[in-house]
Amino acid sequence: MGILGDLYQAAVLEHSRRPRNRYRPDRYDLAYPGVNPGCGDEITLYLALDDGRVATVAFEGEGCAISQASASLMTEAVKGRTAREALALAEDFKAMVRGEEPAERLGEARVLRGVSRLHARVKCATLPWVTLEHALAELDAADGGAAPDTG
Amino acid sequence: MTLDAAAIRSDFPVLEREVNGRPLVFLDSAASSQKPRQVVEAMSEYYYRHHANVHRGAHVLSVEATALYEEARAAVAAFVGADPSGLVFVRNATEAVNLVAASWGRTHLEAGDEVVVSVAEHHANIVPWQMVAAETGAVVRPVGIDGAGRIDLGALRDALSPRTRLVATFHVSNVLGSVNPVAEVAELAHSAGALLFVDGAQAAPHLPVDVAALGCDFYAFSAHKMLGPTGIGALWARPELLAGMPPYMGGGEMISRVTFEGTTFAPPPKRFEAGTPSIAEAVGFAAAVRYLEAVGMDAVRRHDEALVARALERLRGMPGVTLVGPEEGRVGLVTFVVDGVHAHDVATALDLHGVAVRAGQHCAQPLHRELGIAASTRASFYLYNEPAEVDAFADALAAVLAHFAAFA
Repeated sequence: MGILGDLYQAAVLEHSRRPRNRYRPDRYDLAYPGVNPGCGDEITLYLALDDGRVATVAFEGEGCAISQASASLMTEAVKGRTAREALALAEDFKAMVRGEEPAERLGEARVLRGVSRLHARVKCATLPWVTLEHALAELDAADGGAAPDTG
Repeated sequence: MTLDAAAIRSDFPVLEREVNGRPLVFLDSAASSQKPRQVVEAMSEYYYRHHANVHRGAHVLSVEATALYEEARAAVAAFVGADPSGLVFVRNATEAVNLVAASWGRTHLEAGDEVVVSVAEHHANIVPWQMVAAETGAVVRPVGIDGAGRIDLGALRDALSPRTRLVATFHVSNVLGSVNPVAEVAELAHSAGALLFVDGAQAAPHLPVDVAALGCDFYAFSAHKMLGPTGIGALWARPELLAGMPPYMGGGEMISRVTFEGTTFAPPPKRFEAGTPSIAEAVGFAAAVRYLEAVGMDAVRRHDEALVARALERLRGMPGVTLVGPEEGRVGLVTFVVDGVHAHDVATALDLHGVAVRAGQHCAQPLHRELGIAASTRASFYLYNEPAEVDAFADALAAVLAHFAAFA
């Protein structure tokens, strides 16, 4: 597939067209908006923590294939993780799209590593992850900052 | 006369570049055009040999710089058929709108007055009017567009009232490529006692412009979309209107006499050019209009028309591609949406083929809402583009469609 296939490979298109966890849950602790004003990508992230772990993670959104596939992949990557692990994954993901060797624990989210060659699109890929970081920070703050060392 | 695109291309070193391993096909001139050597060299020559501050002329270099700056004003004014007394140098067309909104708007708009705009305006021709409306209590009233992508003259007629002070609309739409019937709009506006502001940012690069024939009161355009440098643009206004407008910014250059009891201002256009102006950019702007005049704006227009026609012919047959904009009479660009593929993904995939286009809402969110589309992709052409590049673009688009369809 060459140059196009590196970025828009089957797994990326599959996640953008049939995103996992793309719904509004009946119950959640927080709905958090994320938007790239430059291009109009937007998501709303729904999160519920249970005993410090991500029990529910889902999203709704509109945007390019990269932002929507990234949101889908993010929800799969962080489900069941502690907040601290989820934040570490967000760091890994951001490092990967900046061009660093992808951390193995990112799992399938590594299919987006090709974004590192496209500076114009890094923001699309990181939108769900940055939204996750903000949402976890807000949940932590709402918890009086008592959650142990989430960041 | 037709233009020799191959000869023209040799004046634009950037067009020799490769991007992502492919020859660059630059189809984003509506956002900002590339620059010929003649423009860059005129600016270098100015800096290397003539630079000094202007209008402070006690020495030779200042006299030369002043002459070059004022010659540039005359050249740019002549390019739109105007007298230099009505031509104010600004940073870009956006600043021109802001200047008129801040200066004319604050002194001529009252609570309940109306500024009429079309829904297809660039944000630059909406937001400054909203800002001055918020300050004065005036109202910004949108009117729709017709099937040809032009301001709907019937809706405009209905919208005009004794409270209308200004109609502000485009000459050429930056999304649809449509050409407004400016002379008719001017007649309607004037018969309602309103003035007409025309955003010429997409027209001046492509069409012969004559502000007198258009009958407008204000006309704004940017150098960087018409081979010139960034950082300079022009506001043309009827000189008697400028004479009745207060300064936009205060400082040096724009005064006549300064005392602590009261300051008097210079006559226009200098009244609106506070501080040291963009002298080298003015010189570059003049070089750009001279370049376009040497090619001939009629030839530029015909060349654009041929490129647009070829692009339309290639895109019309493509499954999943929907053209945005009128069937006929587009100037300089082709905007489209692709079924099931977001505009940004189309643009990235084309970029991977070396084809530079713009994706998004093109600073026209109200128009995209009106058209019911989230975002679009725009290929825009200029005098240095060749039919073979339109084909390269269409071939790349076909490859992109095939790739995305394979995983549908």
